[in-house]
Amino acid sequence: MPEGQFREGIAGGRLSADQYADNFSDLHPPLDHHEALVESDRCYFCYDAPCMNACPTSIDIPLFIRQISTGNPIGSAKTIFDQNILGGMCARVCPTETLCEEVCVREVAEGKPVQIGRLQRYATDIAMAENKQFYPRATPTGKTVAVVGAGPAGLAAAHRLARHGHDVTILEARPKAGGLNEYGIAAYKSVDNFAQAEVEYVTAIGGIDIQNGKALGRDYQLSDLIRNYDAVFLGMGLGGVNALRADGEDADGVTNAVEFIAELRQASDLASLPVGRRVVVIGGGMTAIDAAVQSKLLGAEEVTICYRRGQEHMNASEFEQDLAAANGVTIRHWLQPKRVIAEGGKVSGIELEYTALTGDKLAGTGETLTLTADQVFKAIGQSFVPAALNGSSAAIELEAGRIKVDAEGRTSLANVWAGGDCIFGGDDLTVSAVAQGRDAAESMHRSLMQG
Amino acid sequence: MADIRNNFVGIKSPNPFWLASAPPTDKAYNVIRAFKAGWGGVVWKTLGEEGPPVVNVNGPRYGAIWGADRRLLGLNNIELITDRDLQVNLREIKQVKKDWPDRAIVVSLMVPCVEEAWNAILPVVEETEADGIELNFGCPHGMSERGMGAAVGQVPEYIEMVVRWCKQNTRMPVITKLTPNITDVRKPARAALAGGTDAVSLINTINSITGVDLDSFAPQPTIDGKGSHGGYCGPAVKPIAMNMVAEIARDPETHGLPISGIGGITTWRDAAEFMALGAGNVQVCTAAMTYGFKIVQEMIAGLENWMDEKGHASLDDIVGRATPNVTDWQYLNLNYVAKAHIDQDACIKCGRCHIACEDTSHQAITSMVDGVRHFEVIEAECVGCNLCVNVCPVENCITMEPLAAGVMDQRTGKPVSPIYANWTTHPNNPMAKVAAE
Repeated sequence: MPEGQFREGIAGGRLSADQYADNFSDLHPPLDHHEALVESDRCYFCYDAPCMNACPTSIDIPLFIRQISTGNPIGSAKTIFDQNILGGMCARVCPTETLCEEVCVREVAEGKPVQIGRLQRYATDIAMAENKQFYPRATPTGKTVAVVGAGPAGLAAAHRLARHGHDVTILEARPKAGGLNEYGIAAYKSVDNFAQAEVEYVTAIGGIDIQNGKALGRDYQLSDLIRNYDAVFLGMGLGGVNALRADGEDADGVTNAVEFIAELRQASDLASLPVGRRVVVIGGGMTAIDAAVQSKLLGAEEVTICYRRGQEHMNASEFEQDLAAANGVTIRHWLQPKRVIAEGGKVSGIELEYTALTGDKLAGTGETLTLTADQVFKAIGQSFVPAALNGSSAAIELEAGRIKVDAEGRTSLANVWAGGDCIFGGDDLTVSAVAQGRDAAESMHRSLMQG
Repeated sequence: MADIRNNFVGIKSPNPFWLASAPPTDKAYNVIRAFKAGWGGVVWKTLGEEGPPVVNVNGPRYGAIWGADRRLLGLNNIELITDRDLQVNLREIKQVKKDWPDRAIVVSLMVPCVEEAWNAILPVVEETEADGIELNFGCPHGMSERGMGAAVGQVPEYIEMVVRWCKQNTRMPVITKLTPNITDVRKPARAALAGGTDAVSLINTINSITGVDLDSFAPQPTIDGKGSHGGYCGPAVKPIAMNMVAEIARDPETHGLPISGIGGITTWRDAAEFMALGAGNVQVCTAAMTYGFKIVQEMIAGLENWMDEKGHASLDDIVGRATPNVTDWQYLNLNYVAKAHIDQDACIKCGRCHIACEDTSHQAITSMVDGVRHFEVIEAECVGCNLCVNVCPVENCITMEPLAAGVMDQRTGKPVSPIYANWTTHPNNPMAKVAAE
């Protein structure tokens, strides 16, 4: 039996300590001072800049870049934080290639956009390293707000509410704050415990009390919050993972990609993290890419992403797909899982069926393919679990399985707002969650001050 | 193959690229390296009179401004004339000239403004067999405080007097180097000509402070907390220098006076532009100090290539070709009408043309058409100012298109006149010299 890297089955310790460290180092290392000056000089300071319009939080990108170019990174950071208090994490995890950098006029002109994300990181890193706090709290209003979930939406909402002088309590089910920033981002995108540093930076404004280990529906009810607080913000994200709907998916070795990613982020020793020798990831989004790439980086010999539609339908950006390819991940299209093959209760392979589009309808063609695998990751999307909300108060209105909100983030219940992935229209992006949390907070503030 | 051999007031060199009087030409070691690299000639760094050596500061001598990637755009210096012994310089000049007979060696001189001082230095320079002398009436710092350099160059009468002394006391060609730190460069040029100069060279450096340290509040370069204006040079000064060259070239009083062009020349193209405006050759300093002597190889090859492409056989075919096209504003054709045109295929939609025109000029460029981001010239508002062309980051995306005679100018509502008409005959000009009515 081969040992080390090529050990059969799901095993840890496939690589040397150096290899782990190297594989999980910063994906985009920070720009140094001179690099930042040169890169910022590439910005044309466009009129009504397309990048700014593409940013879900509408950061004044030309202005913050110009501030970097003039030697004012602190002012630059303030320009960023004015719109997006989680600008540090967004600089790391935003799919800039489909947002600001996609529409950068230099991308249009020469296929080489200004590296907006890295410049944003440059400025925010400097301000955070100095713990430069830009926003004094307004005079206390005496109003209290409960925020469910300490993810990007909840943190952004809490910060804005605290700024306005309200007292915020964040109730977080997990042991750490940060939400997907802490548990859902590939490790090489957020090194050095950045998510926690950011939580500290954001909450340093004061007036934000984070209580961990408090799950809605388990430890308290929505009705409690409505009764005890002047307003409530729901930002609990998505709790459920979609099923493969393939035979045998309960075999040992079939894992939720989301859990794998979370476990990896929390691992103190990557060598202790087991991964299959041959891994198949089912899905076509960022989670699929993150799970696949990290499996490879943990030492898996063969990693294949199987997606049931074509390359052009994948939710993962082209950059992410290239990243996977560059790391030796094979992406196969037009394949849907049919049956997980197990030996002795453990995954030994997966049978997939080819698919084809007939008009808008995707259907199996009957032709099948079997891939050897000792680990299968499910990354076919997450779903909102409304159970925690139910039964405790008037039912909150849903739309397509998620919480329905109006343009300001108000739910169907009085004094209850929501934002982030749990709302209908949430798009699975940190930056959008921040925008929704921020805007809902402004709406809550207006409402609280009227009352 | 184009012939780029240069004959400047009888001084011959294999190409028109000389190193200007400056640190790169301070001693034999540097000059020999320059000749090996291919420079056609040098103006040896300025010699002073016999006596105790000149003293320089022992802190920074240079200050600079840069682009974002530290590309040096402008340099200033507070270094004085050579601080080496006169006899050592003279010995080296003689030896180098002997070893490199095909290259031009001109010796820059700066001695006190008394005839005896010039009478003393001229014969010893002549003895080196150098090809000529250049009178340093330009250095704006240090020496000018002692009545030399720019202190002479700023008084046309002094220039004429010193040039005359030199012409009377040496057989060597005399090139008079002019300072730009004056209001009208034609006056010192005319004075030099009146004194009998064989040529002028310009520009020397411009009074400047390159920066201020905002912690110590000291000007840069800073010597023990203080700074002094230095002489500015490099790419940033080229437009100023070219105008001054053209002013002398087209002045009826000095027209035909040979000019050695200096000021920010970095590439063959810069050199060709100076020569087109009337310079018989060019002198380079900052570019060599930034990149080393090898740049002359690009200059030689580039100039030859361009001349071959355009069919210019020798330097005589290009020198002064642009001079007749430099004129006074009052003679510009006011009936010439051009409109900006944006090439929509080349446009990257940065909107800089729009905001420049909208905020600061004539509101003649759209930002949105039918709800779509779109930048287009509104001809009825466009005065043809060219600002959009200059701020556009894409070369040739915005061009100025002349309107043909007879075409309606949408801004004025009048057809473009085919007749040349300038301010001197314009009805709004109270001084209009209207032809007999």
